[in-house]
Amino acid sequence: MKLKTLMSGAAATAAFAAAMAPAAFAARGADGQVNVIMWQAPSTMNPYLSAGTKDIIASSIALEPLASFTTEGTIEPRLAAELPTLENGGIAKDLKSVTWKLKPGIKWADGSPFTAEDVAFTAAYCMDPSGGCAQLAKFEGVEKVEAVDELTVKITFIAPRPDPFSAFVGAQSPVLQKAQFADCTGEKAPTCTQQNFNPIGTGPFKVVEFRTNDTITFEANPEYRDPEKPAFARLVVKGGGDAAAAARSVLETGEFDYAWNTQLAPDVIAGMEAAGKGKNLAAFGSLVERIHVNLTDASSDLPEDERSTAKHPHPILTDANVRKALSMAIDRQLLTEIGYGQAGKPTCNLVPAPAAWASDNTECLTQDIEGAKALLDQAGWVPGGDGIREKDGKRLKLVFQTSVNAVRQDFQALIKQWWSEIGVETELKTVDPSVFFGGDAGSPDTFQKFYADIEMYANNFEGNNPEPYLARQTCDKIPGPDNQWQGENTSRYCDPEFDRLIGEMTQIVDPAERGAMGRKLNDMLTRDSNAVIPLVYRGTASAVSNTLGGVKLNAWDSELWNVADWHRIKQ
Amino acid sequence: MTDRLLIEESAVNAAAPGAEALPPAAPPPEAPARSQWRDIWRQFRSHRGAMVALVMFVAIILFVTVGPLVWTIEPTFVDIRARNQGFSAAHPLGTDQLGRDLLARLMAGGQVSLAVGLTAMAIALSLGSLIGISSGYFRRLDAPLMRLTELFLALPLLPLLLLMVTLFREPLGKAMGPAGGTFLLIVGAIGVTSWMQTARIVRGEVLGLKEREFILAAKSIGTPAPRMILRHVLPNVVSPIVVAATLGIATAIITESALSFLGLGFPPDFPTWGRLLYDAVDQMQMYPWRVVLPGLLISLTVLSVNYIGDGLRDAMDPRIRKR
Repeated sequence: MKLKTLMSGAAATAAFAAAMAPAAFAARGADGQVNVIMWQAPSTMNPYLSAGTKDIIASSIALEPLASFTTEGTIEPRLAAELPTLENGGIAKDLKSVTWKLKPGIKWADGSPFTAEDVAFTAAYCMDPSGGCAQLAKFEGVEKVEAVDELTVKITFIAPRPDPFSAFVGAQSPVLQKAQFADCTGEKAPTCTQQNFNPIGTGPFKVVEFRTNDTITFEANPEYRDPEKPAFARLVVKGGGDAAAAARSVLETGEFDYAWNTQLAPDVIAGMEAAGKGKNLAAFGSLVERIHVNLTDASSDLPEDERSTAKHPHPILTDANVRKALSMAIDRQLLTEIGYGQAGKPTCNLVPAPAAWASDNTECLTQDIEGAKALLDQAGWVPGGDGIREKDGKRLKLVFQTSVNAVRQDFQALIKQWWSEIGVETELKTVDPSVFFGGDAGSPDTFQKFYADIEMYANNFEGNNPEPYLARQTCDKIPGPDNQWQGENTSRYCDPEFDRLIGEMTQIVDPAERGAMGRKLNDMLTRDSNAVIPLVYRGTASAVSNTLGGVKLNAWDSELWNVADWHRIKQ
Repeated sequence: MTDRLLIEESAVNAAAPGAEALPPAAPPPEAPARSQWRDIWRQFRSHRGAMVALVMFVAIILFVTVGPLVWTIEPTFVDIRARNQGFSAAHPLGTDQLGRDLLARLMAGGQVSLAVGLTAMAIALSLGSLIGISSGYFRRLDAPLMRLTELFLALPLLPLLLLMVTLFREPLGKAMGPAGGTFLLIVGAIGVTSWMQTARIVRGEVLGLKEREFILAAKSIGTPAPRMILRHVLPNVVSPIVVAATLGIATAIITESALSFLGLGFPPDFPTWGRLLYDAVDQMQMYPWRVVLPGLLISLTVLSVNYIGDGLRDAMDPRIRKR
């Protein structure tokens, strides 16, 4: 084929190549170099020593876990031969252990064989009581991990665990090579610079040079299990700059092929995409921007340690009709369009995914100002002289707080206007994000203390199991002075029925049944009580060059989870 | 022709001695009006830059005070269908990302920014001059006051402001409403943390002044200290104070916007010039006017105040005039 003909139909060619590429360009190292920009530069290659997303993503290029989360939030085996289930005996009947079978014939990048000993060692490495493992949460409730034979690993739990997929699932807990890290356990872990910066892995690339907070150079791993992958011979990760500069370097100038975390205003992104060099893609995990309604009184007239506690129910917001009216007055479609564009979807759910857990709750998606007014009229809230509703001498006036963030301030302005239309007066307040999310029990402005009537922020859950996330909304998780204002039941929602169902859930194993229960719990919090008013299901955005093929953005796992499949689209 | 002219001239000449001979019926009309202030004003008017600046400053003040009476669109009204619009009849300066009218926002923002700038400057100036003059004039106060100044200079501004906001926002907000409380807090915070430069400059000037002959002369006839300061010292250090004032307004406007940006300033639905500027930076490439306009207004205000200060200094201090 002539180059000219190809150039003339660039768009069509790109689409064609994307479909045909894996077959067409399947040879290791045939596609040269790929450039990735991560504006928050990675500072280590060992995810057990850093909880930063940037470090986990960088390490996932070389290190691999036993199983990965897919783009849908399901699990697929990676170094494991198959997923353990009750049927194949991988999950024990008493739910107290799980047995992984490893793929045979896998080699580390230095040519030595990968065995169950490496897995057992990694668990011991992280669970070492004298070392500060950043991913210890992944190993919570694990009693021991042992190598049964060369290719079998058994993980034993302290208590029965209906969802055993936490340790060694996802890029946060990959397998380290025992031979390399044997002398780096416990207190010595952070001092092993050579090992932490150049870990030997089983992944598609191996580290050639690591410069902290600057550049990482990778080369195709000669021992990688698929002889035709990866298509690129070299992969360079460059750090530095900011989100806008990173997006520009892919979308406008084309210097880089992939830019991580390009969360920018929709019209800014649209302007950059107009250059035609690339696309901004979004992946959806479990991040939901939501409003929490304070069911307790935060009035500053109360004594300091009684504000926002169950001792004083909220004078206005304990009226379910008011909460419902507040939710009805919001146009989620418009919020999404203005704030997040493609990287957001309007939602009525606190748990938007995985599919089995997502409720079909869509009633709130249409704004209903008139309905909200009628509802308030019915509930006895009548407009006063200045249009603000009153009942029993109480004015319908709310303090609405959130963190400082351009999108959130736009949301505040819009919501304030909608609420003023239904006769609710809103006073806006913003707090510096490091204070708001800082969790300092001494500060009055944290989101847990909630010294306001309404607050807005986003949150998500780790992995693909929403159960612990829902369990945070029980009565005993209400932040208060007796637990140093920790706990994430910020709405102060307390329903004994909800607590009972959460308790029941820990006994359910069947995924479909767990999902059904999850949907029910989600609806109790959102549709039925409006204690939580979900607004936007947010994705994570990344910019991808039109010449880069095979990218499947994944919000459940590392974004570079399938870097082995990346290839160059010839134009 | 020549004759007539001569006659006229002689007539004028002749009149003069006659007039002198007459007893004065009334004092000459200019005499009482030729006060010091009129003199300054006459001098000030001859400074062209200062006059242009004065007109500009008055125009800006009129824009933010009278403007909202003429242009009555609510600055916080969100009209989502009209977002990101350019210049039009309905919105002469366009709209922002939520469809809020930029002209109305600039007017409302100007009220807050100017009020903050002027008040904070006034506080900083009075504090600075008071401390500067006392430490320069009274030797005994010099060391403690200057150590205090250094102490304030060494304080990190932002953590201090954070602390002040955390401690006082709620009580003040409850007493005076969220906007009034924040205004007092911000103005107080900026004033209390920006008087130090003025104090040091003024002290230096006063120290030099103290050795001058006219001060010694005044002292030798027994002028008491308060009178000395008000009558002889203060008028002579007015020029550095005025310069510090002009710079102070600019700093106060910018500090206010930085505070709002950190969530420590006014509530987000209160437009101020600084906030308008910060909010628009993201979309600078696409909608440059949204950055340019508030930026221009801040710069114009600062420049005009600066030039007015320059003119005032020249007018008040004959020694450095035309230098």
